[in-house]
Amino acid sequence: MSALPDDGLIAIVKRDCPTCVLTAPVLGELARRAGITVFTQDDPSFPDTVPAPVADLDLGVSHGLKIEVVPTLIRLEGGREIARTYGWDRGEWQRVTGVTELGEGLPESRPGCGAKNVEPGIIERLRIRFNETGLRSRRIEIGSDEDEQEAMFARGWSDGLPLVASTEERVLRMLDGTSRDPQEVIGLVPPALASATVEKIAINAVMAGCKPEYLPVVLAAVEAVLDEGFAMHGVLATTMFVGPVVIVNGPVRREIGMNARGNALGQGNRANAAIGRALQLVIRNIGEGRPQEVDRATLGNPGKLSYCFAEDEEGSCWEPLSVERGLKPGASAVTLFAGFGLQGVVDQKSRDPESLCRSMAESLKAIHNVKLAPSCDALLVICPEHERTFRQAGWSKARVYEELYRLCEIPGEELVAGAKGIAEGGPASLAGKTVNKFRPGGLMIVRAGGGAGMFSGIIGGWSAGGPRGSIPITKEVTR
Amino acid sequence: MSVLLDPTSERSPTTTPRLPRPDRLDGLTIGLLDIAKARGDVFLDRLDERLQERGLAVKRYKKPTNTRPAPLPLQQQIATEVNLVVEGLSD
Repeated sequence: MSALPDDGLIAIVKRDCPTCVLTAPVLGELARRAGITVFTQDDPSFPDTVPAPVADLDLGVSHGLKIEVVPTLIRLEGGREIARTYGWDRGEWQRVTGVTELGEGLPESRPGCGAKNVEPGIIERLRIRFNETGLRSRRIEIGSDEDEQEAMFARGWSDGLPLVASTEERVLRMLDGTSRDPQEVIGLVPPALASATVEKIAINAVMAGCKPEYLPVVLAAVEAVLDEGFAMHGVLATTMFVGPVVIVNGPVRREIGMNARGNALGQGNRANAAIGRALQLVIRNIGEGRPQEVDRATLGNPGKLSYCFAEDEEGSCWEPLSVERGLKPGASAVTLFAGFGLQGVVDQKSRDPESLCRSMAESLKAIHNVKLAPSCDALLVICPEHERTFRQAGWSKARVYEELYRLCEIPGEELVAGAKGIAEGGPASLAGKTVNKFRPGGLMIVRAGGGAGMFSGIIGGWSAGGPRGSIPITKEVTR
Repeated sequence: MSVLLDPTSERSPTTTPRLPRPDRLDGLTIGLLDIAKARGDVFLDRLDERLQERGLAVKRYKKPTNTRPAPLPLQQQIATEVNLVVEGLSD
């Protein structure tokens, strides 16, 4: 900023702006008639109409003056700014300069161009250079001979796959994805019960490969798992297979390009993959929840790298899961379910809803063990060709739930330990009673998947489903 | 040099601590790594004798050359076979 005069006129321009080129003769005129210091953002020889343009190629002067548009014309007096205008406007330029009859032959006005110092990628570097980021996280220097990936692996930050380096520039850009204060605490992440600030979550979202526009979904997902009802500590610490499954509803799905159709639960979509991964990295890095430490899973499941998909609302004849769970239609939301791998329901012959429900119920009853009931909650992902059968028969989602619960009633005799020659099972007192595989409300239905294939999926839950364990949690996604 | 923002709760130091030294050698298997510099073997032979006199299990290893890091298979072999390693730097 030392290059700034205390008094007089200054202008900030760039050659790459047609309006700056248009006003170059006016700047020359001002140099002769009133004196002016012209700072140039790109080409040090521009404008050649003034004797000595000052190069501001590192954009420090422009940043200090908070220039947003070029050309910008400023009058200083005693080191203070007393007038400013931007773009070309004859009347405004005459007001700021006090010089009349400027720019003969020029149109009355022309809008300016975006200044170089506020371009994405540049503004972040300037904020870092001038220590204006407000980011509070510890800075970790990686030596120039060190491999960034190896350095991150060595520090234990990775889930086993390479990470995107959490540079300040990337974290700042990530934080542009939300209007929330970077220091806002979303909650305490178990098992360490360390504070998940928006900034810390953004760092992990960067590492997971998220774009800034995914951040609100990640924040909502973190908020949901930290809800007391979700019991994240238990979900992590259990020897069972489960981890958080993220189901996304509402307009955000399409805005960020999530996959609800073919291979929705598989690989290949950046938003699906990165959002689920970011949530797991938050648990790992902020919460210190790591396998073979507090994460005691016997087998775990591949979804513990990332388990996130969108519901195919457009294709469905039923209300979205988020609406069923009390949110307004049109609101974006995440629902978190503590679930494990996918169990397929292959039924290529049922053409009426009754048969299809029986098929699904038999598969549902097999979760965990046919001898265990009630055992856990479950998420039933109905594929389009199965949903079509219900649609054509005019079945509402409520009717499907009702039918599935009815079909999941099991005679107690079948569940007694030793019955069917299987030692697993419940007490002898179950005999003569009827037991449902699911607690009331323990079953959730969403639609997803590709157009071809009569293959729905069951995502089983934690054995301690419901209030004794983890309750599915829905949170609205807000920017 | 690049600067990364720490994704963790920041409850641990930024540098990886060395493994703690064992309080006692009893019951441990000790690796002696000759990095292939002159007379390193003289030092390690003597150490080997002294350790074996104390009834400790000793395994010997040798790098092909002192000019390069130990080949990965050798590093992995050492890591799986012994509890601690002594290197003879010699010269």
